[in-house]
Parts: sequence; structure tokens; C-alpha cells
Amino acid sequence: MTEIFGIPVAVILGQLMLGLVNGAFYAMLSLGLAVIFGLMGVVNFAHGAFYALGAFAALIGMQRFGIAYWPALVLAPLAVGLLGMLVERLWLRRLYGLDPLYGLLLTFGVALISEGVLQQVFGASGQSYPVPDLLQGAVNLGFMFLPRYRAWVIVASLAVCFGTWFVIERTRLGASLRAARENGPLLQAFGVNVPLLLTLTYGGGVALAGLAGVLAAPVILVSPQMGSALVTVVFAVVVIGGMGSILGAIVSGLTLGLIEGLTKVIYPEASNIVVFVIMALVLLVRPAGLFGRE
Amino acid sequence: MRRVLYGVAGLCAAAIPLTSIYPVFVMTLLCFAIFACAFNLLLGFGGMLSFGHAAFFGAAAYTTGWLVTEHHSGPGTAIAGGVLAAAALGLGVGGLAIRRQGIYLAMVTLALAQLVYFVCLEAPFTGGENGLQGVARGALFGLLPLQSDVAMYYLVLGAFAAVLAAIMRIVHSPFGQVLEAIRENEPRAISLGYDVKRYKLLAFVLSAALAGLGGALKTLVLGFATLSDVSQSTSGEVILMTLLGGIGTFFGPVLGAGIVVTLQQYLSELVGGWVTVVIGAVFVACVLSFRRGIVGAVLRLGGRR
Repeated sequence: MTEIFGIPVAVILGQLMLGLVNGAFYAMLSLGLAVIFGLMGVVNFAHGAFYALGAFAALIGMQRFGIAYWPALVLAPLAVGLLGMLVERLWLRRLYGLDPLYGLLLTFGVALISEGVLQQVFGASGQSYPVPDLLQGAVNLGFMFLPRYRAWVIVASLAVCFGTWFVIERTRLGASLRAARENGPLLQAFGVNVPLLLTLTYGGGVALAGLAGVLAAPVILVSPQMGSALVTVVFAVVVIGGMGSILGAIVSGLTLGLIEGLTKVIYPEASNIVVFVIMALVLLVRPAGLFGRE
Repeated sequence: MRRVLYGVAGLCAAAIPLTSIYPVFVMTLLCFAIFACAFNLLLGFGGMLSFGHAAFFGAAAYTTGWLVTEHHSGPGTAIAGGVLAAAALGLGVGGLAIRRQGIYLAMVTLALAQLVYFVCLEAPFTGGENGLQGVARGALFGLLPLQSDVAMYYLVLGAFAAVLAAIMRIVHSPFGQVLEAIRENEPRAISLGYDVKRYKLLAFVLSAALAGLGGALKTLVLGFATLSDVSQSTSGEVILMTLLGGIGTFFGPVLGAGIVVTLQQYLSELVGGWVTVVIGAVFVACVLSFRRGIVGAVLRLGGRR
């Protein structure tokens, strides 16, 4: 068995693989945050809560209604997105034009409500969600075993990230979205329904979080706390990458996942904090973030 | 008029041990009131929203507990050590956080507080998941034994009054005025020649130190320091206390702390695990329709700011 620094290569590759999967989730979540912040100026603290809701939607769908993984991959984000639009319509809308801190505080409250309800209804302990039949087992790559499901998570999240980037930067809808951020009243004067556009943006952003939740369900335990544990790390990822940049969110999400995986091999005690330490270093060297502008 | 009001409030507070109100409950409340006032110094007067203030509260709580259990320090030394630890942490966290503004500052403090949380979870001297238990109150400066709740109560009350007085003094000092100017218009303050970063950092350290005082006293009152002292939910609670009572008012955070601590105490008996949901709903309601907070609304009715 080949070794690097006394650690078997297979172990390192395995951890890097896990890190890349985590990084894929970081990328999807920080992408949603960047979209919502970039287009609406709202820091969505409830992002982790919507991620957890996506996973629970898939779980309930399977247990109560017998909805399999593949339809859940579409239905659960849709349900989460609709809920998000409701939150935007009823509450968030009333805070536009105020200090963005209020948006942060409101969504923090939403996150508490959502986590509390999930905990009361489903209990605090985690539940497992089965891996779909099509993606069970692993492929032998010669130097390591690659679980099919994890490979699928990485491919799927990269596709979603690229798709989102394409919609916002390269389509007419994306152009309207960016215009709404730049000058809402003017865009409205051209006959575009700007309030609807904002509702759709928030719904789309949290649907991304919901989709990440469904993708994550088979590889982690589905529990009410899964969102709040993740959202802090994702915030750090966003500070590192720079908030406005969509591509920055994707790249830094994946990279930090890999670094976290590597830390698990070299010095496991620090794996929980490595992202925060990197954030502190980035703040010292480049306060605006690696891809951000002042 | 105002002096009479302060006098009456002081007398009422001093008379609490004579009543049947549970003193430990009032002491906990006062510790959180100190914490909320310290937080409000930063948010209400400095315009900086820290989403990780529990880090300072908890760091002091752990340091005090550690000094008492491991080094058999007296309460005076232990409290001073806790406050110093919180101030030092405030210097580090504040130094990083003030490199960004507004919501970014909130996110940076949140992440750094999470870092402190994980350190407290895994460091050898914090007792891991159990925290530090059985922290004895000892005797203040070797003279005044604090075992009785009455003695401890007057110590906490004295500290609370001192914190209120200190915050009023800070806010009305030239330093406080410059801080308010920075909050209102930072580019203008810079162009007037103020070293904005130093003012902000000092505000951060002062706020962290006072928050630490609350945490240190809390450890002595309850006899333990646990992970919940450094947790994100405690950071959230102190924001709620300040928001509910009135951001930028002197007595709002005190009132807010009173309401939130009482809610948690009695509501958990009434509704059990739904407390988190209730707190979240109060958050949403406050942000949507009650942004001035209770004291802010009363002052506005009274025609003053």
C-alpha cells in the first residue's frame, strides 16, 4: 500500500472525496445565498433551515406518500421554493429599503421557527434516507472505491451551479434580475413586474437550498439541526469568497470542502474550525474576500 | 424627577431579598441584563451588529470557572480574569470584524464565535460536553463570603448598577459622541480626521469586557459554565433582548433581558419544546412591526427620542 506521510493514499483520497461532497453542498448553499444577496440585498439566515426543510420534505414524501427519490428531487425543492415565496410575500417584502440588518434578523427568526417546529414534530434524533437503487454500490477505480451516490452528488451539484450561473449571467431573465437590483423603478417603468421578480428570486434561491437538502439526505442523518450547523460554515465560505460573486461562491465552496477533507486526514481535531481560521486569514490579507470587490 | 425614578428603582431592586422572589432567578436576570447592555453599547451606540457576542460571555464564564476550580482563585480574581479574557478575545475578534461593515461584520462575528464554540468543545480545560461543574462562590477578597444568595445578590446588583453607570458615562463622553458620529456617517467622521478603526475597536473591546463581566458573574451565581454559554442561540437571545427592549436606549436591554429570561423560565413549563418557535415568532414580530422596541416606543410616545 502506498503511503504519504505515513497515511495510506486510499484514506487520503477517501477523505478528499468526502470533502469534495461537502464542498459541493457548500457551493450550492453559498450560491443560493449569493444569488439572494446579490439580487435582493438580503442576507438569508434561514438558508440552512430551507436546506433542512428540503431534506425533511423528501423524507416525509417517502414515508407518508411513497414518493421515491427521483420525483422528490423535483417536488421537494418546489415545495421549499413555494414556502420561501410565501415568506418573501408576507414578511420579507416589508423590509425592503430598510437597513439590511433587519432582513438578517427576520430570517434568523424564520430559521428558529422552522428548526423548532421540525424538532417538535420529528424529534431531535436523526433519521436516515435510503440511497436510490440506481446509485447503490461503488465503482472500483483501481486506486480507490468511488461510491456511486457521492459521485452523483458532485456531478449534479456542479451541473446545478453552472445552470444557475448561466441563467443569471447569460439569459434575458437573468438580465432583468440584475437590472432590478440596479434600478428597480426604471425596470418597472419598462413594464416588468419587479415585485414578482423578487419573489421568484427568493423562491429560486431557497429552492436551491432545498435541492441541496434532498441531495444530502441519503449521505447524512436527516435532523432538525442539520441546517443551523451548516449555515455558519457557509457564511464563512461566503465571507472568504466575496459575497457578490457567483463564480466565487462556487469555487470557494468546493475548495474549502477539499481543504476540510484534507484537514480530517492530517489533524482531525482542527477539521471543524479550519474554515473559520481560513476566513480570519483572508480577512487579514484581503478584507473584501478572494473574489470580492470593495 | 429622573433622580426620584432611579432612586425608587434602586430601592425596589435592593429590597428584593426581603420578598419571596427567588434570588437566583433575579441574579440570572441581572447577569443577562449586563450582557444585553454591553451588546447594546456596540449595536445601539456603535452601530455594529455582532452575531457572536456569546463568545465573550462564554469565554469569561469558562475562564472564571476554570480559575476557581483549577487554581482555587477567589471570586474577585476569577471575575477579573474572566473580564480580561473576554476583553482580549474582543480585541482579536473585533480587530478582524471591523475590517468589514454591516452585514459582513455580523457574518464574521458569527463565524468567529463558532470557532470559539468548537475550541470550548474540544479544549482540555473546558470539560467538553459537560462544561465546568461545581464552581464554588468562595469569599470576595477573602473577607465577604458569597455562599448566601443575599450576599451574592448585592454583589451582582452592584455590578449591574456599575455597568449601567459606566455605559451612560461612555456614551456621553467625547468618545461616545465620536462613536455615534461614526454610526451616523462613517465617511464624514473619517474626513473629519478621526481614526475610525480605533474608535470602533475600542467600542468592541469595551462591549466584550462588559459582556464578559455578565458571563463571569453568571458562572459564580449558578456554579457552572457550559457550552450553551458560548452557543449561537445565546448570541441570538442577546440580540432579541436588545431588539425587544429597544436598540440604542439605556434601559431597553434591561427590560428585554427581563422579558426573555422570564419567558424562558416560565414558558418552557407551559409549552415545553415550543419555546424556540415562540422566540423565533417574537423575533419576526419585533422586526416586522416593533423595530423601536418597548422602551423606544414609550420614549417616542413621551415625545422624546
